[in-house]
Amino acid sequence: MSQDQTDTVGMSYLDSRSRQFFTTYLPLLVFLFVLLFPFYWMGVTTFKPDNELLSRDGNPFWIVSPTLAHIDKLLFKTEYPQWMWNTVVVSVTATFFSLLASVFAAYAIERLRFSGAKNVGLGIFLAYLVPPSILFIPLASVVFQMGLFDTRLALILTYPTFLVPFCTWLLMGYFRSIPMELEECALIDGANRWQILVKIILPLAVPGLISAGIFAFTLSWNEFIYALTFVSSSEVKTLPVGVVTELVEGDVYHWGALMAGALFGSLPVALIYSFFVEYYVSGMTGSVKE
Amino acid sequence: MTTPILEKLQNSRNVLGLIFMLPATVLLLLFLTYPLGLGVWLGFTDAKVGRPGEWIGLENYIFLASDSVTQLALFNTLFYTTIASVVKFFLGLWLALLLNKNIRFKSFFRAVILLPYIVPTALSAIAFWWIFDSQFSIISWGLVKMGFIDKYIDFLGDPWNARFSTIVANIWRGVPFVAITLLAGLQTISPSYYEASAIDGATPWQQFYHVTLPLLTPIIAVVMTFSVLFTFTDFQLIYVITRGGPLNATHLMATLSFQRAISGGALGEGAAISIAMVPFLLAAIMFSYFGLQRRAWQQGGDDK
Repeated sequence: MSQDQTDTVGMSYLDSRSRQFFTTYLPLLVFLFVLLFPFYWMGVTTFKPDNELLSRDGNPFWIVSPTLAHIDKLLFKTEYPQWMWNTVVVSVTATFFSLLASVFAAYAIERLRFSGAKNVGLGIFLAYLVPPSILFIPLASVVFQMGLFDTRLALILTYPTFLVPFCTWLLMGYFRSIPMELEECALIDGANRWQILVKIILPLAVPGLISAGIFAFTLSWNEFIYALTFVSSSEVKTLPVGVVTELVEGDVYHWGALMAGALFGSLPVALIYSFFVEYYVSGMTGSVKE
Repeated sequence: MTTPILEKLQNSRNVLGLIFMLPATVLLLLFLTYPLGLGVWLGFTDAKVGRPGEWIGLENYIFLASDSVTQLALFNTLFYTTIASVVKFFLGLWLALLLNKNIRFKSFFRAVILLPYIVPTALSAIAFWWIFDSQFSIISWGLVKMGFIDKYIDFLGDPWNARFSTIVANIWRGVPFVAITLLAGLQTISPSYYEASAIDGATPWQQFYHVTLPLLTPIIAVVMTFSVLFTFTDFQLIYVITRGGPLNATHLMATLSFQRAISGGALGEGAAISIAMVPFLLAAIMFSYFGLQRRAWQQGGDDK
């Protein structure tokens, strides 16, 4: 961020070192500790043998004799790899098709300005505000009627209900920032709308496409209530649902395997996020602005 | 070569607009608008899983209004939303103000802080379940070692403990969202305002109250609208950590509707619970949107 230097609030450079430590760094470190502790705890529990997990003696923050038993159980005695694969397939497909539909919709609303475009734009925003938890019951019966119950296709088709409004809304903002003159020039040079979209708008909107894509992918990866409702066989489950419903057996909680499942289910999104932090943040803040 | 009529069609904004809108529209009508209407209809029927329902008018709603579990779930939802949203707002604003200072490793802090928000909630909820375990909770361990308590806390077994524990997990997940979006708002405020007010002798608190807060109000309105919306309709955290227990003390409207409709098979009743959430959501949106948004033009901001 080149802006960082100019963002300084007021006269903060007048603060003394120790004052700055107590008013800024100390609270910040406390925030950081609390926000990251559950991840540390996932990691520690993953490699901790059962006898250490279920003992109140010793230092629980450290592992005396690390073990891979929990990961072994997770990978070879449960269907975890299959859930991971399902999640990848569903997330990638749902994101791809949502992005495709959103590009066309956003371009039509923002640039073609067909009659009623404004109202359609508002409708998209309202669709974005519809929470999945009031939609899943009737949607379950729609899925059932279409014969899609317990298939990955059910998830691929229903995830766009929250992905398309989000991506369209985000891309509308990006398209708006591209000067109209570029498009007019191309029109004068004899380009048709399709050529304008593919050769002028899309290349200029690549950051927006990446933002929308990354965000849509993590939203699908994290989706829970639809996957819990529309799928019941273990081999079709997505990762969050599989871990929550299948790894908990009776009253004995296998905390090691559960935490390993949570850790490895979080890592892919965390990795993708770490590569695209700026895009992700601009997607998140872009969706809230306007 | 395209024929003239095709070429004309290609450049007609309405025809082209219709074609471009088609995929998104079909998808949203089929999987969003139709189910929404179907949900309203189901709420007026006695539909069960595998059996289309008969119209029974307001019977579901009349039953739910006198059902003590539903009343409790409504109370829980309002309590959960209010406490969590207020705390998320203050902590998020504080964190945003900290991150907006001229600090070292700023982009590192900003990137890492968002982690709770991006990982799957269902999975971090499992971590909280483990952290709140009645026998091996790390929090209890720490408090015992420090001598604050002498018995492990039953975080999820006692109704009020369970309510506050789930609220803590919700706050943990939501603070990064509020903080990062408010930070984006803070960064649009020009430093010259702070310099000008400092020259006029304003204290840091006055600067915050008279410069930062008014300029931030529009974005606070939007962020809090979203935050309230997501908190009110929360499902994952409760489903994973407590399943609504103990004694339905943490059941939210969303988890109760899942329990009645999907686990219990009473689609109509579950749909009625979902639909009953809508007026509350609209009220929350209206309140936070109009209540705070009105000031945008008072500050001479452009209308949106």
